[in-house]
Parts: sequence; structure tokens; C-alpha cells
Amino acid sequence: MPMLTIDGKTVTAREGATILEAAQEVGIEIPTLCAHPALEPYGGCRLCMVEVTRTEWDGWSKVVVSCLAAAEDGLIVDTKSEQIVATRRVAADLLLARCPETPLIQQLAAEYGISESSYKVSDEPTDCILCGLCTRICAKIGTHAISTQSRGASRYIGTPFDVEPEACIGCASCAHICPTSHIGYEETPTTRAIWDRSFTKLACTKCGATTITEEQRDYMVEHQGLRADYFDLCEQCKRTEVSRRMSMVGK
Amino acid sequence: MRIESPKQLAAHAEAVQKKQKEQKQQVLICCGTGCLANGAREVADAFTEQIADKNLEVEVGLYTKETGCHGFCERGPLVVIQPSGILYAKVKASHVEKILETTVLGGEVIEGLLYKNPEDKSLIEKYADVPFYKHQKRIAMRNIGRIDPEDIDDAIAHGAYTGAARALGELSQEQVLDEIETSGLRGRGGAGFSTARKWKACAKAEGERKFVLCNGDEGDPGAFKDRSIMEGDPHAVLEGMLICAYAIGAHEGYVYVRHEYPLAVTNVTRAIEQAREAGLLGDDILGTGFSFDVKVARGGGAFVCGESSALMRSIEGNVGEPRQKYIHATDRGLYDLPTVLNNVESLSTVGQILAHGGAAYAELGTEKSKGTKAFSLVGKVKNTGLIELPMGTTLREIIYDIGGGILGDRPFKAVQTGGPSGGCVPESLLDLPVDYEQLTEAGSMMGSGGMIVMDDRTCMVDVARYFLSFLIEESCGKCLPCREGLKQLLAIYDDLVAGKGKEGDIERIETLSAAMKLGSLCDLGRSAPNPVLSTLRHFRAEYEAHVVDKACPAGICRELTIFDIDIETCDGCHACQIQCPTEAITGERKELHELDQDKCISCGVCYDVCPQGSIVYSPKPLGREAEHAHAND
Repeated sequence: MPMLTIDGKTVTAREGATILEAAQEVGIEIPTLCAHPALEPYGGCRLCMVEVTRTEWDGWSKVVVSCLAAAEDGLIVDTKSEQIVATRRVAADLLLARCPETPLIQQLAAEYGISESSYKVSDEPTDCILCGLCTRICAKIGTHAISTQSRGASRYIGTPFDVEPEACIGCASCAHICPTSHIGYEETPTTRAIWDRSFTKLACTKCGATTITEEQRDYMVEHQGLRADYFDLCEQCKRTEVSRRMSMVGK
Repeated sequence: MRIESPKQLAAHAEAVQKKQKEQKQQVLICCGTGCLANGAREVADAFTEQIADKNLEVEVGLYTKETGCHGFCERGPLVVIQPSGILYAKVKASHVEKILETTVLGGEVIEGLLYKNPEDKSLIEKYADVPFYKHQKRIAMRNIGRIDPEDIDDAIAHGAYTGAARALGELSQEQVLDEIETSGLRGRGGAGFSTARKWKACAKAEGERKFVLCNGDEGDPGAFKDRSIMEGDPHAVLEGMLICAYAIGAHEGYVYVRHEYPLAVTNVTRAIEQAREAGLLGDDILGTGFSFDVKVARGGGAFVCGESSALMRSIEGNVGEPRQKYIHATDRGLYDLPTVLNNVESLSTVGQILAHGGAAYAELGTEKSKGTKAFSLVGKVKNTGLIELPMGTTLREIIYDIGGGILGDRPFKAVQTGGPSGGCVPESLLDLPVDYEQLTEAGSMMGSGGMIVMDDRTCMVDVARYFLSFLIEESCGKCLPCREGLKQLLAIYDDLVAGKGKEGDIERIETLSAAMKLGSLCDLGRSAPNPVLSTLRHFRAEYEAHVVDKACPAGICRELTIFDIDIETCDGCHACQIQCPTEAITGERKELHELDQDKCISCGVCYDVCPQGSIVYSPKPLGREAEHAHAND
């Protein structure tokens, strides 16, 4: 297993771990907005950048993003070097200009002593930080209902051609993973509305409690090879049913 | 016809050459993109038609040939008569009859169509004597303008695939790699990474399946050398890819061309088909048992897709966005398999290196930058066009000897090299020998070979702003420093050119630039501050004038400049009045003209056209806008 030094602390990392994971496992905090344990690393927010060197590099060092760089044996990692902190500070400042009203970003900026952005504050404040968690979780599920649209400064998260996404199954994973609650959805006991579409939730055939959307069921039946009646009962009623059957085994 | 061996290739070349010698005279018509835009198609059609009408092919052995870009785009459409080597410039279809009668049949030169040397007004007859060509050394572009890019036999007669024949027929993989190493060839896409090191790393990489990719996504403003190579000599690119494939053990390749280069797409696609038929691509190439084939991948025209990892994602069918891996593409590139990605110009050089040996190539150039380099010379220079010269040629030689100096003999201010990733080099560095190291030291870079020459009527703040506005459109927006950083930089520059600069703006530009350089994901973002930092480094006083005095010393930023007519010298020639887009200038011919400040938009056209120098500009007095608003109440 690779042994490395992070901020002066000797760390033994899992084989194949990134520097970010190795640091997190021993409680060293590196700021990040786009890394998530359920998803492949992305390298978009750049906050997790660290400076790495090796004794044999003779004073030479390089900057890497820790969510993508492997925790290699013998690395000496500095997560708070002067230039790293300065760059993170600019990143936080830029984010605050983009998202001046977003609590998560206000908090991040405050950590660098910024209460007001030094840059031109956006005329159209948004909560979206373009971390890409929503589009990546949607891609991971396999639905690809939303994606980043346009490019450069006009980049935004949306649906193909900005119309109701046919591929959306209403799972709301995008909304749940969003760190700034930018992606909204409306939920009633029987329906869920997201991305301009309304979904009907299944009702448990026994107790009537609502569960997932019909589209989620169809998607899972198709892609997971489950029986269509698998979702007829809610989790609670499924457990009750299993207990009832087990109690009858001996009879 | 399928060529079965290297020997047969040589025999075929000889046979075609012999046949070509039977053609006693040839009219070469430049059909590069620049000349086509100026009407070369009509010229070529007129030649074909009239030669057929007069039965000249049979009677005097006259043939036409439509070639790729000759480079001297400024004077196009260009026509060269062979074997005499007479060059006619700015030829129109209406000239064709006279050219055929007077020059081809009569053996006389038409003086009116010759190139006139702007230096001494002398007429230059021969192609090779034109200063624009005389100082060049063409290796990557050796055959452009000489061959018909649609005809593989013509290419073969001019030496195409001899380097590949030597590599596949006589050398081992290691020997090919050694030749490239000896040549000292470095990436012509701009970064200047050693080609041999890249190839060797990929040759060593494990895996049965490897790729050779050609990067034809050239997209810098003002650059068109890769385009011209693909259009004018596609076989040189294919030959380079074939040699690379042999050296690293790859059997598949892609030429990535942007969709906006339709002629390049057509010519490369046709060249691939012809090479397959000739047994120069596909299975058992030249009977050596080696197999390699190439496909064309068309890009959507995103600048970022010229970046290695984004280009590979684009070929895979994904969104063309860079991906950071900390693993070289030579180990895990396209489809995560070992891949070599080379620039068009690098690949078109490879065939010549193998044909003549790496040592011969290394004799050209400077200590660390060997060989020649192609440049697209554009901007305020007399001879715009495509050139290739040995590394180490000074900027002064390029701009004055080849480029013929600045338009209107105005003072030179700066030259922008390397496109949006490069920077501006000022007059004090005109004697800089151009190579990778020297340009980087001057705060610019080689880049893809665009050279934009600027005269004194150029505001460096405005230039930096232009590149930022280009980059913000072309950034993919994936990483925060590039996306948000460019947006904020542009906002600061918008203020600077509008007279709204604030104290601390220059420092803010520097802080942002440093963060973008360190923090961005790919080289587009990391190099995006270069146009900003290089202009700041060499023209800081101009920035300070914008911030502190709200003045544009070059008289370009409209919000900061007013124009007026000098009553002492204006002779009422009317030139300014004709050109003024807002009818702000009035006055009778031969009488003093007047400029109405309320109508003037400070575009400066009057200044540029006035033959007397009677238009003067000065900083707009502060608060003028407010006064005007008040006066209009």
C-alpha cells in the first residue's frame, strides 16, 4: 500500500486511492465542490488542488487536483501552500460573484475572508455552481436526461433543446445530489414535478402509500430484469408480507 | 493501380515524371482557399475551356494544373507558367486569353500582370525571384503549389511516400525512431514537445491496439497553415501518419479536421481513397506485410477540440471537453488505448526526414529548435500569406524581408504570435530569432504559427480584449478558473476600453491571470491569460493611460477618443467624407471640411484614409457625455 506524506502527516493509502480520498480517510480536509463518492472524479471546481513533490525532485514541485491524482508512494503533499491557498481564494471569489446569494458559497468565501466579491457580481444570480454532479449522476443512472448545455460563460445545466426531457424518469437524483439545492422539484403525496414534467407515483396495492414514479419502475424493470409486480408493495408492506409468509413456513 | 513494393514505387514515380515531361508547358493555377475566394475558380475554368477550344494540349503540349495554396495570398489569384517560371498576380478570367496568346504561344511577358516589388517598384518576372519566396525554405510545404492535390500520381512523381518506402522497406522500428530523434523535430502544434519522445513512449506502451491521430483542428484567429497543408498536399500528412504508425506499431489512424475546412475534408478523404487503391494504406502496404488505415473524423469547429484530450473525446463521440488524467495519451489516449497525436505540420515534415535523413533536417534551425516552421503571416503587413522558414529567422526578416513591411509604411508596433495562447512581441524585440525558447522568453509562444502584425493604430488593451472575447466563446466552461476567470477578465477590459477603469484593475487582472494559469484544467485555460500578460508586460504604460487618464494613446477605443480636422492642412480632398459611415463630415470639395462631433462615432476611418494627415485625434474630455446629455435636454 502506498505511503505518502500529507501536510506533514504520514498516511497509508488504499491501493488505487486518490490523494483526496487518502486525505479524507485520515481526516485531513481538502475543499471540493464537484467530488462525490458515488461518481467518477471530474476535476471541474479545481478547489481540491494541492502541491506535490518528492524528495528526489530536488525542490521542484507541481500542482495537481487531488480528486484525480493518485496517492502514490513517496509523494509529499502540501494541501495549503501559499500559491494553492491564493488560487483557491480567487476561485471562491469568482464563485461568490457568480452565486452571491448561495449560502454554501458565502460560507466558502468567508473561509477566505471574503464577504463581498472583488469581481463583477452577476446580474442574474444563480445557485448553480456547474459542479456537474446532477448531470453525472443522471449519466450514471443511464438516463442522460439532463446535461451541460452551451459552452464557456454561457454554460448551464438543462435538458436537450430545453424541452421536457423524454428520457427523464423523475427519480430526482439530480435534485438530491445538488449541493446548493439549485435543482428544484415539487412533490405531492401522489405526484412529483421536475424538469417541467409531472410524474405519477405508484401506490402500494396494500396500504396505498406512494413509492417511486411509474417511469422509475418501468426503467428498472427494463434495465434490472425485475418483475413488473416487484414494486406493487411499498417497502413496509413488503417486509410485513415476508414476515407473514415466514411465520407460516412451519405451519 | 496497386504498388507492390518500394522498388515499384520508385519505378512508378519515374514513369509519371516521364509522362509529365511530354507536357511541354504547364499553367499552374493556385486554387487554395485564399485564391478561390478571389476568383481562382473562374480563372481555372477559363484556362481549361480556352485550352480545349484551341486544342492546345495536342498542338503545343499545354496542360493546366490546379494546385493548393502558393502562400502569396495577398496577390492572388496566382498563376505560374512552367517551365519558364513566370508568375502572374491578381489574375482575372478576362486575362486568360491574353496570357495564352502572348505568353504561352508568343513567349512574351505581360508586364501588367507581373508582381511589382513595392520596395523599388521594379517588376519581377520569375516566381523564384519574388522576395516573398526567395527567403523561404519549404519542407513541410514542399509540394504545395507544385502538385495537384487531387492526383496521387502527381504527388508520387514529386517524391511522396519515398520516406515511407524507406522506413517500411529498409528500417526497423527503432531505426525510424532514431531518425526522428536525430532530426530534433518538435511538435508544430505549438507546445514543441519532442516528437521522438512522444513516439518512443507510445512504442513502449503495452497493448495490441494503438492509434495515430492527426490534429487538424487549427482554429486560432489568423492561422491557416494546417488547412493549407491538408488542402494542398494531403499525401504528405498521410505519409507522416504511416511512418508514425510503423514506428509505434499502430494499425489505425484518424485525421481530425474541422467541418469548416470543407476543401481539407474533401482532399484528405480523396487522398485516403487513392492511397488505399495504390496500396499505400490498408493491408500489406508496399508488400511489406505492414497494415495501417486512416479515417477522417470531422469536428464541429470547437477551438477546445484542438486540445489533446478533448479531441479524443470528440472522436469517441462524446462532448469535446478536456479530461485530466495525469496519464499520458501515449499510454491511455483514444478509447483509453495508447495514442500518438501529432499536428498536421509535424506529420507532413516526417516523410522528408525519412527520405533525406534526420541529420540533414537538424542542420537547419537553432540549437534547440531544429528544422523549419510554417507561419500564417497576416495583419498590417504588405505581403500576407503562408510562409515556411528555418527556425531562428528573426521577426524583422519575416516582417520586412518576406512580409514587405507594414502597410502604408506606418510604424510597426507589435506582432502577435501563437494565437489566443500566445502573446504580443514589441518592436524592441524585432531582432528576436524565432524559435520555441525565444518566443516563450518574450512572453509569447510559437503556437500554431499565426503571426498577426500590428501597426501604431493598434490599442494593446483592445487587442487583449479581442482575444478574451474569442476565448470566452471557445472555453468549454468545464472548469471554474477558465470559465469564470475569463468572464471577469472580459468585464474588467470592457470597463477599461469604456473609460470606466478603476484603480486596482491592473492588479486584479494579474491576480486572476495567475490563478487561471495555475488552476485551469487544460492548456486552453492555462494559456488564456497570455495575451493579457504579454501586453501588460510590454505595454504597461498604455494600460495605465486607460485606467488613470481614461485615454487610449493609439486612438482606437471609441469611448476614449475624439477625432477632429486640422484646419491648417485639410485641402478638402473629400476622402474622409466619402468614407465616413455616419455622415459626420461635411464640406465642399477643395474647401475645408468640418466634423460634427454629435454624429461622430470615433471609428477612425477618416484618420486612416486621409492622405494629408489632417485628421487628428485626442483623448475625449472627461464628462463630455454628460455635457452632451445636458445640452440635448
